[in-house]
Amino acid sequence: MSAVEVNHIVKSYADKVVVNDVSFSVAQNEIFGLIGPNGAGKTTTLRMMMDIIKPDSGEVKILGEKLTEASKNKLGYMPEERGLYKKLTVMESIVYLASLKGIDRRSAEAKADDLLQRTGMLPARYKKIEELSKGMGQIIQFIVTVIHNPALIIMDEPFSGLDPVNTELLKNLLLDLRNQSKAIILSTHQMNQVEELCDRFLMMDNGRAVLYGNLKEIKARHRSHAVILDFEGELGPIPGVIEKRPHKGYLELVLDGNTTPQQLLERLVNAGITINRFEVATPSLNEIFLEVAGKNHE
Amino acid sequence: MNKATLIFRHEFRHTVKRTGFIILTLALPVLALLAIGVSHIVSGVVKPPAEVTKIGYVDEAGGFGQFTDQGSMALVRFATRETATQALVKKDITEYFVIPPDYLSTGVINRYSIQREVIPSEATTTVIKNFLSSNLLAEKVSPDTIARIEEPLKLVTINLTATGEVASQQGGMANIIVPSIFAMLLALSLAFSSAYVMQGLGEEKENRLMEILLSSVSTRQLIIGKVLGIGAAGLVQVVVWAISIPFLLRLASSSIGGLLSMIQIPANFLVLGIVYFILGYILFAVLAASVAAVSATVREAQGLGGIFTMFAVAPFWFYSLLLLFPNSPVWVVFSIFPFTAPVLVMLRLGMTGVPAWQLAISLAVMVLSIIGGLWLAARLLRTYLLMYGKRPGLGEIMRNLRSG
Repeated sequence: MSAVEVNHIVKSYADKVVVNDVSFSVAQNEIFGLIGPNGAGKTTTLRMMMDIIKPDSGEVKILGEKLTEASKNKLGYMPEERGLYKKLTVMESIVYLASLKGIDRRSAEAKADDLLQRTGMLPARYKKIEELSKGMGQIIQFIVTVIHNPALIIMDEPFSGLDPVNTELLKNLLLDLRNQSKAIILSTHQMNQVEELCDRFLMMDNGRAVLYGNLKEIKARHRSHAVILDFEGELGPIPGVIEKRPHKGYLELVLDGNTTPQQLLERLVNAGITINRFEVATPSLNEIFLEVAGKNHE
Repeated sequence: MNKATLIFRHEFRHTVKRTGFIILTLALPVLALLAIGVSHIVSGVVKPPAEVTKIGYVDEAGGFGQFTDQGSMALVRFATRETATQALVKKDITEYFVIPPDYLSTGVINRYSIQREVIPSEATTTVIKNFLSSNLLAEKVSPDTIARIEEPLKLVTINLTATGEVASQQGGMANIIVPSIFAMLLALSLAFSSAYVMQGLGEEKENRLMEILLSSVSTRQLIIGKVLGIGAAGLVQVVVWAISIPFLLRLASSSIGGLLSMIQIPANFLVLGIVYFILGYILFAVLAASVAAVSATVREAQGLGGIFTMFAVAPFWFYSLLLLFPNSPVWVVFSIFPFTAPVLVMLRLGMTGVPAWQLAISLAVMVLSIIGGLWLAARLLRTYLLMYGKRPGLGEIMRNLRSG
């Protein structure tokens, strides 16, 4: 059973089609990226999955069924627009929002203490939300999202506004959750942020799905015929290299159609060049997006 | 536990703990206490002096020599205006009046006083009137007739039932006190409670909590839990006020006099009062939720909400008209119009009573409005709760209601 099954959903406001025939599925035990620039239709897609807004057509199945009040308890949602009751304390906020997910006070408090401990926020448990920094509030928001041990976790722009330390903390927590067989959907426009986390992804642009599949496979498919080289010494003309693109700290060598990276490596070694770094150039998600979106916009 | 119950409990606690709520709950009794205190002080200061006030008069018409002793006031005769003025300047008398030679044909009396005043005091006017009529009638009719002419009417009204027996409810001032106070509390409570609902939902919208809540509960659960939770807090407030009323009335009884012992509570009032409170409250709260849904900020919501909470208070603008013309068909219309109904029906119950058919229609309309309002609110919340920053136009709202 997939954690999420989205089939041909469409949503338009006034004359603008915000989400146009988007389909994807998310397996349990994977981190799924929903990526694309601002305004691509990611948040609208998530809201339709959460049954906060209804699609004009198409259907969404969460954990094998249409979302009901009962199955809402099995998912955790962290929206992009973060909010908590400013006047309540950290613990009151967590306990109240957990109770709406069917968790009683005692288990909520125990679980909250554990999560606060792990995130280093335990000293703040009786502070009012309005006394917290933005980053701290975001960690509390994350705790609220996962406190009821949901099978599916959906996070909209999870890293926006976080400092590097908290970003790393959140990434590790997410990897932990995946290892506990949770399905996690990360929606973001900062594509490089999720590159190292996601197993599969859907890339959206202008309401449409432009790329969908396994991260590694897609990267391999978009690989350019080039290698990245950091070396010492003098690099003369090398057979098989048709272009040298200098970058900061390394050189990108574009190969002709007959030369493999393996052959190039041999030639470099034979030429007596000291190699510090040699790798097949794979494009980043950003670069893939620009390539794909560029084609679409032409 | 049902999620609406959880929201109910949270909202109730959250509202009751608000500083604004506590201040308001206590403010009414405290202000009333203050008002009673001030009125005691003022009435103590202006109490009539024990000694007899002397009023001068100059009789140029002739024949006004008797009945100079008028209880707390004595009339002193002066031969000329000059001597009367001198006495006035020396403060031997507080004022004087002149009966001119042509008094019988014109009725004009000139009154001279150093004290500036808006209108002559009623006591003085009555004394002068009685003095004049007594002298005019002296020797012509009997003293009993003179006394009757001075006070020709002591009206005692007895209400009969349809079958001609003396009714148990005799109406009058004693009957309208409790309904009027209750109606006033009801209006206040409707206005404040709907403000709380608007503020609560508006804050959740502003704080972006709405999406988190809606990922756990349905819009209907959210509205019901919220409206009832804040409503229960409103009820607590009214109960506190209601408990303080008998206590305050006892304190004020020296100003109201014997009226307190005569206070009557109209039949059915208690049951109808509770029914109208609950229905009225739910109607206003549900509408407040709709207003909050389409408003971008709490402040904007309160501005818009003020318009319909005005209806709750509106019957008080026409209070004196209601007293004068209690049976006008206009009141029937407004007793059925759901926004004015709760307060107006309470007022009318105290004044003349409300026929059963009007009560039935009024209650039915309120129930239907609540059902419609709930539908409207849920729909608007769903459509607009996630729309931040700008308020939709009326046309857009209508379009979305049809399609959404």
